[in-house]
Amino acid sequence: MAAVTHTNEPGANRAPWLTLKYREMLEAWLFISPTFIGFLVFFLGPLVAIFYYSMTEWNLLSQQAAFVGLHNFNDALLVNPDFWHVVRNSVIFAVGLVPFNMALALTLALALSRPFFGVVFFRTVFFAPVVTSAIAWAIVWKFLLQGEGGVINQMLALVGIDGPNWLRDPNWAMAAVIVTRVIKMVGLNMILYIAALQAIPRDYEEAARLEGASRWQIFRMIIWPLLAPTTLIIMVLTTIGSFKVFDHIYQMTGGGPENGTLVLAFYIYQQGFKFFNVGYASALAIIMFVIVMALTLVQVMLRRKEME
Amino acid sequence: MTQRQINVIYRSCWTIALLIAAIPFIFPFVWMVSAGFKSTTEIFGTPTLIPREWRFQNFVDVFTYQPFARQYFNSLYIAVAVTALTLVISSLAGYALARMRFAGAGLLMLFFVSALMVPEEVTIIPNFFLIRSMGLVDTHWPLILLPTFGPHGVMATFLMRQYFLALPKELEEAGKMDGLSRFGVWWRIALPMSRPALAAVAIITFLFSWNLFLEPLIFLSSLEMFTLPLALSNFNDSYGLPLWNLQLAATSLAVVPILIVYLIAQRQIIESFALSGVKG
Repeated sequence: MAAVTHTNEPGANRAPWLTLKYREMLEAWLFISPTFIGFLVFFLGPLVAIFYYSMTEWNLLSQQAAFVGLHNFNDALLVNPDFWHVVRNSVIFAVGLVPFNMALALTLALALSRPFFGVVFFRTVFFAPVVTSAIAWAIVWKFLLQGEGGVINQMLALVGIDGPNWLRDPNWAMAAVIVTRVIKMVGLNMILYIAALQAIPRDYEEAARLEGASRWQIFRMIIWPLLAPTTLIIMVLTTIGSFKVFDHIYQMTGGGPENGTLVLAFYIYQQGFKFFNVGYASALAIIMFVIVMALTLVQVMLRRKEME
Repeated sequence: MTQRQINVIYRSCWTIALLIAAIPFIFPFVWMVSAGFKSTTEIFGTPTLIPREWRFQNFVDVFTYQPFARQYFNSLYIAVAVTALTLVISSLAGYALARMRFAGAGLLMLFFVSALMVPEEVTIIPNFFLIRSMGLVDTHWPLILLPTFGPHGVMATFLMRQYFLALPKELEEAGKMDGLSRFGVWWRIALPMSRPALAAVAIITFLFSWNLFLEPLIFLSSLEMFTLPLALSNFNDSYGLPLWNLQLAATSLAVVPILIVYLIAQRQIIESFALSGVKG
């Protein structure tokens, strides 16, 4: 700080360490410092700390941590059967959600990328759940999806279908959570696809049409390859998002029934803040970190290969 | 059939399909408001869209069951604080990253990019102990500090940087010639030119804070400190079962104002999210 005020004094510029270049550097760091200091304290620091936490076991009574090495990781990966059950749930959630979300987003975007009567209405409608809080959305769907007396089931009864108790039935809970989550988030991917579609020059399509290409051929040969970079970004973001899902599950099922929707983010919360297994929860958080990083890298590499 | 007729039929089919697809997007909102007006007995009866008897009392009970007005205000002022802070620090850092050359810039960018990939759940445990050691549990500080300086703040910084990069440099250089300091150039020239980016950051940051759930859940314990999402999830009877009509009335009160603003400014709001390209 002091160095900067010095630069304003006459003659200060002569000092070699206060040449224009250094002055600019100092100014730049001053501009960045609020973000950077906050980043160090509330992000980078905690990120380093969690590696230490993961190798400790906390005693709640004495409030002291004992170093236990890789015990917590051993616990998660080899001993505790819950862990693999939870990973399996997270994978099922992602595998169900990501393709469904992306296919629906692309379909809606293809339908809504050109102006026609009502296009603004539809875009507004499909995007509305994105701006709504996940808790509010989950509350309403939990209400609609109740077993007896639930609105959805009463409507199904009108056409003679005996609906299950969606969120309490182990066979249906995960599917119900995935579908309601897709409806909540699909609008975001839809607008990313719309932006990408609108950036494609119309000449390409016109030329192909004059050559006699069908709608499907135009999509398959021209539009889909041009969308590849967008598809990659959407895939990475949606996959990461699906591993992070917490509030939706918390409110709709609380991880139930029979831990059928207990996903990784919820399990971390449960272990860390309900059961106070701080060390174990930290190990879980690191595993989640590794999974998300690995997924991102794999997807980026796969797509790069495909584009070559 | 002529090509024209085929096109009309094609279009109509699409529109009908879209209308059907729109039902699960609109229906929950409509039902939420309708059920918020129903009595406990009616809510489980044969479902009707229009309540047979409008029970306005629900909307009064919401405020007596919990300090709902206070909780509403908490959410509002925290979101405003987070938005204001994020605007200032992200536009400062974004400007430096776009316009100034300094040692460590490359490394800094790398750090920031990796932050975008790390879920908040990963750092929440150490952050809890950090906040506790500061004595700030059950205050609103963590709900202001963590979102501002976490991955969301980094995303805002990147968004500002992208926008500054695309601005023409000439005006800023003229400003420098006229004797403006770096700070002056940023404040008087760069910021006024980047209103669209600032608006985008403001919109997504406000909604991000407004809808935040994990942090309030972990840090808050007294009812008067609760924010809206936490308050909404708390409308349960002594057995932990939801008090549906109160919960849905409260949810309507939380959601409808946001929806109205969204309907008025939908173009601007959708564009902001497209610009950020991240999950809200």
